[in-house]
Amino acid sequence: MTLNPYLIHPATIVERKQESTDIVTFRLQLTDPALQESFRFEAGQFNMLYVFGVGEVAISIVSDPDEPGFLDHTIRIVGRVTQILGHMQIGESVGVRGPFGQGWPMKEAKGKDVLIVTGGLGCAPVVGAIEYIFQRRGEYGAMTILHGVKTPHDLLYRERYDAWRHQPNTKVLLTSDEPGKTWHSHVGVVTELFDDLELEPDNTLVMMCGPEIMMRVACNVLTHQGLRPDSMYVSLERHMECGIGLCGHCQLGPFFLCKDGPVMRLDRVMPFMGKVGV
Amino acid sequence: MSSGSVQTLPLQLFLREDFPQLLQTLKQLGYQTLGPVLSQGAIQWKAITTPEDFPIDWKDQQEPGSYRLEPDPSPRYFNIVHGPESLKPLTFAPRETLLVLDHQNNTFSAKDIQPDTTPTAILGVRACDLAGLGIQDQIFLHGTYPDPYYQQRRENLFLIAVNCTRAHATCFCASMETGPKAQQGFDLSLTEADEDFLIEAGSVKGLKVLDQLTSSIASEERIKEDEERIGACAASQTRSLPKANLPAALYEAHDHPRWDHVAARCLSCTNCTMVCPTCFCHGVEETPSLDFQQSEHTRVWDSCFTPDHGYIHGKNFRPTTKDRYRMWLTHKLAAWIDQFGTSGCVGCGRCIAWCPVGIDLTEEVQALSQPPL
Repeated sequence: MTLNPYLIHPATIVERKQESTDIVTFRLQLTDPALQESFRFEAGQFNMLYVFGVGEVAISIVSDPDEPGFLDHTIRIVGRVTQILGHMQIGESVGVRGPFGQGWPMKEAKGKDVLIVTGGLGCAPVVGAIEYIFQRRGEYGAMTILHGVKTPHDLLYRERYDAWRHQPNTKVLLTSDEPGKTWHSHVGVVTELFDDLELEPDNTLVMMCGPEIMMRVACNVLTHQGLRPDSMYVSLERHMECGIGLCGHCQLGPFFLCKDGPVMRLDRVMPFMGKVGV
Repeated sequence: MSSGSVQTLPLQLFLREDFPQLLQTLKQLGYQTLGPVLSQGAIQWKAITTPEDFPIDWKDQQEPGSYRLEPDPSPRYFNIVHGPESLKPLTFAPRETLLVLDHQNNTFSAKDIQPDTTPTAILGVRACDLAGLGIQDQIFLHGTYPDPYYQQRRENLFLIAVNCTRAHATCFCASMETGPKAQQGFDLSLTEADEDFLIEAGSVKGLKVLDQLTSSIASEERIKEDEERIGACAASQTRSLPKANLPAALYEAHDHPRWDHVAARCLSCTNCTMVCPTCFCHGVEETPSLDFQQSEHTRVWDSCFTPDHGYIHGKNFRPTTKDRYRMWLTHKLAAWIDQFGTSGCVGCGRCIAWCPVGIDLTEEVQALSQPPL
């Protein structure tokens, strides 16, 4: 049989970080040295991760595409597969199929200011893009990273935000819907953070990830501030079972989000986003 | 694999009494032969080894929500137009183990399972189903990730089409321009009359088989007569789907009250998607052995009518029957064109006949194309 896109490749958990009670970041290394050597991915793409005897789940790759020997994945324990996956330990094996999907528009963003808007765990798929830009800081303009969480307790990657804050020409703004004793940042929804920004609409590219309702509202506000839908990109989530545009579950209008997305240019998906029952 | 028409021989006349030659020739060439066989009150693709295996004494009657077999005095082999199965189960298996994974020393290995690749000749393929197969080829073979399981089965098919001279109330292939005459994608095609067949090769493989048969050049009159019978079959079809602006009309009809109307009748039973020659949704099941040393990774047909189809941790994007019917119809007739450059409907009418409550997509489209009252 020639190239089989369904074939699952074993990988070892080489690092494990408990981000919160129900969120874990794994660093994986493919077992097959040849595959490890040839594996390449782009920021924003995802892998299908497999747990022996349990099944597969689509998880975005959060590590740097320039170090493809390691595959970092942040997992929230929410379903049948992640329930087991999330409790696996260093040295254990998981399966990998990928990488799949369209990543972030790193080329289109070159020379532009980049505005990152994320919510909840939604930050994970865009971490790779942020790190990519900081590795090539001179090639991109001003960086603005906005992140909203439901409660202060939900904030992941605290050290990452602190590190990013110290990058040149970079602004990091955090907000929480609910206040907390140790929360010194803004309280409110993420779109409130737009008020303090001085964006150059013609020279800004937006990357957005998080709950769809948040992205819709944010896109609306930004459109009113003069940003064009064709310079805004959203990462969308649907039931992705095969990763290769064949199983039919992840459809949104004419798109298979596993193959045509998960990162979509806003003007292409706008007619289908937020429609009930689509 | 079948290619376009290879018309190096004039249309041939093949006598009914010589029909067993066709089965023998296919057998000699190493094909297992499948044809329409009476099974559980309908017909299914099953092994045919002698002409007596054909359901000669029967014909089918199909109407919205109804499929019946009736005794039929005509001596023809292919009087039954079609059963619930299109060609789909023969290439895209309803249930298929893709991988077997073995647990060993804290890791595992995965092995892909080869499908059965016995060369298979299918007798009695209808034009609508050939068109359906062409659409599935587009999905499973010509995309970014060709499907190796589908591919191997597909390459081993030898397709013998039968042109339709009788249409059901549910048929609308003429409106979809997929039938009643098989235009391409077959190895051999037959037009059946009481005493003989017109036979034509559509591929080099088909020509090889045709060479082995006793046949004679068909008369102009006979050819014309058959064209007229096929034409009459097309003309007898009463259902149709509009072509112009249908995708835009369906996308725009998202809030049309007709969706509530159809949802009140639809049982969300998935029958329409199971009998559809083009529906391709599937899921994967994981079945570990009791000792947890081995696990089977199995692909199973799914349907956009199941509650799981649009489900993602804690949210169902299509929680209601209304959402699901709208998803199905809009995908089939609109999104499909964006995705694959063709409609997802071939006009076989199975979804109308096999719907337990007789929902008719042509009627729904008509209603959805009218402005809401």
